[in-house]
Amino acid sequence: MLRYALKRLLSLLLSLAVASLVIFLVVEVAPGDPASFMLGVNAQADTVAALRAELGLDQGQVARYLSWVTGMLGGDFGTSYTYRTPVAEMIADRLWVSLPLAVYALALSTLIAFPAGIYAAARRGRGGDMAVMGATQLGVAVPNFWFAMMLVLIFAINLRWFGAGGFPGWEAGIGAGLHALTLPAIALALPQAAILTRVMRSALLDILGEDFMRSARAKGLSRRQALWRHGLRNALIPVLTIIGLQFSFLLAGAIIIEQVFYLPGLGRLVFQAISARDLIVVESVVMLLVFAVITVNFLVDLAYALVDPRLRSRT
Amino acid sequence: MTRNLILGGALSALVVLAALISFLWTPYDHAVMNIPAKLQTPNAQHWLGTDHFGRDLMSMIMVGARTSIAVALVAVGIGMGVGVPLGLTAAARKGSWLDEVIMRGNDLVFAFPSLVIAILITAVLGAGAINAIIAIGIFNIPVFARITRSAALSLWEREFILAARVSGKGAARISAEHILPNVTNLLIVQGTIQFSLGILAEAGLSYVGLGAQPPTPSWGRMLADAQTMVSFAPHLALVPGCAIIVTVLGLNLLGDGLRDHLDPKLRVART
Repeated sequence: MLRYALKRLLSLLLSLAVASLVIFLVVEVAPGDPASFMLGVNAQADTVAALRAELGLDQGQVARYLSWVTGMLGGDFGTSYTYRTPVAEMIADRLWVSLPLAVYALALSTLIAFPAGIYAAARRGRGGDMAVMGATQLGVAVPNFWFAMMLVLIFAINLRWFGAGGFPGWEAGIGAGLHALTLPAIALALPQAAILTRVMRSALLDILGEDFMRSARAKGLSRRQALWRHGLRNALIPVLTIIGLQFSFLLAGAIIIEQVFYLPGLGRLVFQAISARDLIVVESVVMLLVFAVITVNFLVDLAYALVDPRLRSRT
Repeated sequence: MTRNLILGGALSALVVLAALISFLWTPYDHAVMNIPAKLQTPNAQHWLGTDHFGRDLMSMIMVGARTSIAVALVAVGIGMGVGVPLGLTAAARKGSWLDEVIMRGNDLVFAFPSLVIAILITAVLGAGAINAIIAIGIFNIPVFARITRSAALSLWEREFILAARVSGKGAARISAEHILPNVTNLLIVQGTIQFSLGILAEAGLSYVGLGAQPPTPSWGRMLADAQTMVSFAPHLALVPGCAIIVTVLGLNLLGDGLRDHLDPKLRVART
């Protein structure tokens, strides 16, 4: 197990290194010099040069890449070109919106998908199953930002149960914060819930065909008892994997939903930074999201190997 | 023929037909503004209503279908064009350093949150349909490489491949002549699914302003324009939203139906 974990850790570090290089290079080829952008078209050449030196833009690409990466390792993401504040602080501020939103959405999607998936599996091939499966087809086909607009139209504009957007900040209280995140979380959770329902259903159906389920029935358990006592526990393995993977998608997927609801999260930070050519912020946020995805995948793999020893020999 | 195949095929055909007809005819010129006729709900003159500039929504949806289909289709083409040869090569050289490099490269692309990188690419290269295609296409590559490799690996074990090897054919020729035709069905099914994901991705990118630029109509940007007017003109958001849903739903059903149809084993196993 230790050998497997070390091997996976090595490949995790390699992935992160390559990812950071790719992100740096992609942003490097971006046209437009941040210094001349910030100073406007009428800036003197020597003023621009001075600002370039101040931002460290006059150094070579290798030097800048290395200082960016080593800085990040120590928690220093550099200083924003436009706001002149540490990028780490800006990201931390925004994470307090994006992270709870992703967790909220994940909780909702799980709460919807578990009962729906179990219900569909238990009624396989009957009307209830068909209805649930039809709903999941629709769930994956609906663009979540459009669904978000419909939620605003119904629950914010017509019923006035929620605000149409914005975030009061956690200072206003947990209740107010959660209230503001409810519609965004529902919009974000919808496609994930549809996918998770399908996974839950098919995992349960796979388990229902296993020998130990037949044994459970043979020893006198009803279909329902067998499903709850033995089926669910075994079906959870693939389901938990998907939940793990979904978390990173939710974090990244929040970017567009944050635009719909004007939420001050990582997504809006990225868009503002892109339009202001604040490249250091763009690089760092993207790197953080990639880091989150790669790390979650790594943890899921490890948890999987812990549960199922057969997987350790693979790769 | 399954129900999925018929329904999915019909919905997809409807959208493709609308896009094709738009080259020859649309009810109105999609770009011509007619302010006196602005914000009309669906009626006899304007079947799907008009927008805040009085442009005919039906015409915009028909021309917008061209953008969606073109972006998603070319992105699938990029994914297949690059991914399939990579997958075939990796399978033919299984276990070699080449296989390792190709598959680790795939893992790496998979690890990037696709939307974030699509946004990064379009932000760096500039917003526009071409860059949206590149951004979506890149993420199709590992999908096709992986399924091609895994399908090809199992084929390499089969007797007819052994026979081809004995007859003196090289790995490249076997891959092209014997492996590729046998993975085509799989590629068609996956292509349909990636096509529908491409439609959604294109809509998302144009919604945040990084997709096709005006005056090219696109469903995502129609939704972005509708956002501020949704309270008094909800049809502006409903019409493009339904267009996206019908297209994606149709393609997904088509993909499911094709999988059942092309793989007889699944027809029995699936319920």
